[in-house]
Amino acid sequence: MSRADAQTTVGERRWVNRALGVAAWITGLVFFFPVFWMVLNSFKSEQDANTSPKLFFHPTLERYHDVTKSAAGLLSFGDAFANSAVIVLLSTVIVLALAIPAAYALAVRPVKKWRDILFFFISTKFLPVVASILPIWILAKNLDLLNSRQVLIILYVGINLPLAVWMLRSFFQEIPRELIEAAEIDGANLKGQMTSIILPIAAPGIAATALLCVIFAWNEFFYAVQLNPVKGSTVPIWVTTNISTRGDFLAKLSAASVLACIPVVLAGWIAQKRMIRGLAMGAIK
Amino acid sequence: MSTATRPRITRSTRPTVPRIPLSESWRRRLPLLPALLIMIVLTQVPFVMSVYYSLTDWRVVPPEPRNWVGLQNYTRLFDNEFFKDAAVTTIQLTVFPVLGALVLGAGFALLLDRRFFGQGLVRTLLITPFLLMPVVVGLIWKNQMFHGLYGVLNWGIDTLGGTPVDFVSRYPTISIIVVLIWQWTPFMMLIMLAGLQSQPSDVLEAAKVDGATPFAIFRQLTLSHLRPYMELGILLGTIYLIQVYDQIAVMTGGGPGSTNLPYFVFQRSIGGGWEFGQASSFSIVVVIASIVIATVALRVLSGLLKGEEIA
Repeated sequence: MSRADAQTTVGERRWVNRALGVAAWITGLVFFFPVFWMVLNSFKSEQDANTSPKLFFHPTLERYHDVTKSAAGLLSFGDAFANSAVIVLLSTVIVLALAIPAAYALAVRPVKKWRDILFFFISTKFLPVVASILPIWILAKNLDLLNSRQVLIILYVGINLPLAVWMLRSFFQEIPRELIEAAEIDGANLKGQMTSIILPIAAPGIAATALLCVIFAWNEFFYAVQLNPVKGSTVPIWVTTNISTRGDFLAKLSAASVLACIPVVLAGWIAQKRMIRGLAMGAIK
Repeated sequence: MSTATRPRITRSTRPTVPRIPLSESWRRRLPLLPALLIMIVLTQVPFVMSVYYSLTDWRVVPPEPRNWVGLQNYTRLFDNEFFKDAAVTTIQLTVFPVLGALVLGAGFALLLDRRFFGQGLVRTLLITPFLLMPVVVGLIWKNQMFHGLYGVLNWGIDTLGGTPVDFVSRYPTISIIVVLIWQWTPFMMLIMLAGLQSQPSDVLEAAKVDGATPFAIFRQLTLSHLRPYMELGILLGTIYLIQVYDQIAVMTGGGPGSTNLPYFVFQRSIGGGWEFGQASSFSIVVVIASIVIATVALRVLSGLLKGEEIA
């Protein structure tokens, strides 16, 4: 290849790269548009939101005020957030407390037939929640757990535990065996192995796993609406209370949606790189 | 649990003691048991209850004594037109979103997997839909994008001189598919991005030095490297999308073209039908279909679990 040839190729490459960069930007902006529009609508008056789409308007925080104001007998913003926070955090903590030892028993010091057991965990995800909702509803009713936080905490543990076991197992497998063996020879017990080696090395993976559990639990709607649809309920239910059959509601709904999504979206934005790494390590290996 | 784990801890501090096989295997099993027991209780017990209900004619409203009817609910299943419609809708609402999101996600991942100005920001924009609450996604698309009068899409159609369409009521299936693709593309993109970033760079370099064109590198190296990631995306996407409920509930509330099997089971039972026996037989069919898909998928995907064989 002559020098001139090589130069044109490099020049072409650069041009192609730039074009692809522009294409990526356009794709990103188009794809993000519904979110952008939702945020914009949340600062509009109902009149401005419910007309031909307009970009320029008098921004107002009134809708945020409307949706956070509590009315007697209805699920209020504060209650819904408090309920969601308690349910999501407790269920995630329980999931990790159960999944970390289980992943240890599947990866670091595997039990016999660990493969079958892992398959069992994954296969529970194939059971559609709808197939279990009826018995669960009946059980919850008989145990007087309908409309309680406890029932959602238990069920969210069930939703997230298989995923957590599956992901954590792969992270634990990445830990060099020599490190664990060395610790064992030094006389470290299970607790010692955990705190000195396994947990620190797998920390990014554990964080990614916890984040996914939080996302799924925070956003969960089906169980919440079936089993706990009234005052003690969670944020997704509260969002739907902002739809009204009389009059316009798009701006109000947008404000409620922004509030409902902010915690998880921010967490996801901050942790995105870690999530990608977690999936790369976690899923395939 | 603390009392149960104690013996293992003290024993493992003395690695020179010869291990007794039986207690060793229990020592290994113990940390697994709490998680395993909880999953058995939470999934298998309701499942067995569902199987039992599906063999009865249990109806709550109006209350009637529960009678054992054997397989009657199942033999009548396919006479039910609504059930057949719901089955077809389920397939449509699973296959198209999974494939659409996979193709778009792979494309987006390829666009992102290069250095350009604002790369991190574009990635942030692209992953956002996956982080949104499904209920919010359904409501926002229905009320601001698809809306018959003020929706953004109809504004576009109107500007171009077309006639506005009430998307959600005219084309419920397609509307929901679009929304599901939008929400699941970032998930597929993340998986594909993870695949692209784990490509061994030395192999790519070697291919470049050998004068392989970018297209040849992509076709011969990248695609085969991405295959397990695509399979993983299809598997996970299918598991979640086959049981979509939220978007249907808030966008159409069910109806022809949008009631999938999970939604149908809900409608026929605690959603107002109160025919617990019949609804249970529907849900068992969903379970069996899911298990068939899962078995096929997992067999195809067995490469995923090859990993390293330990002990």
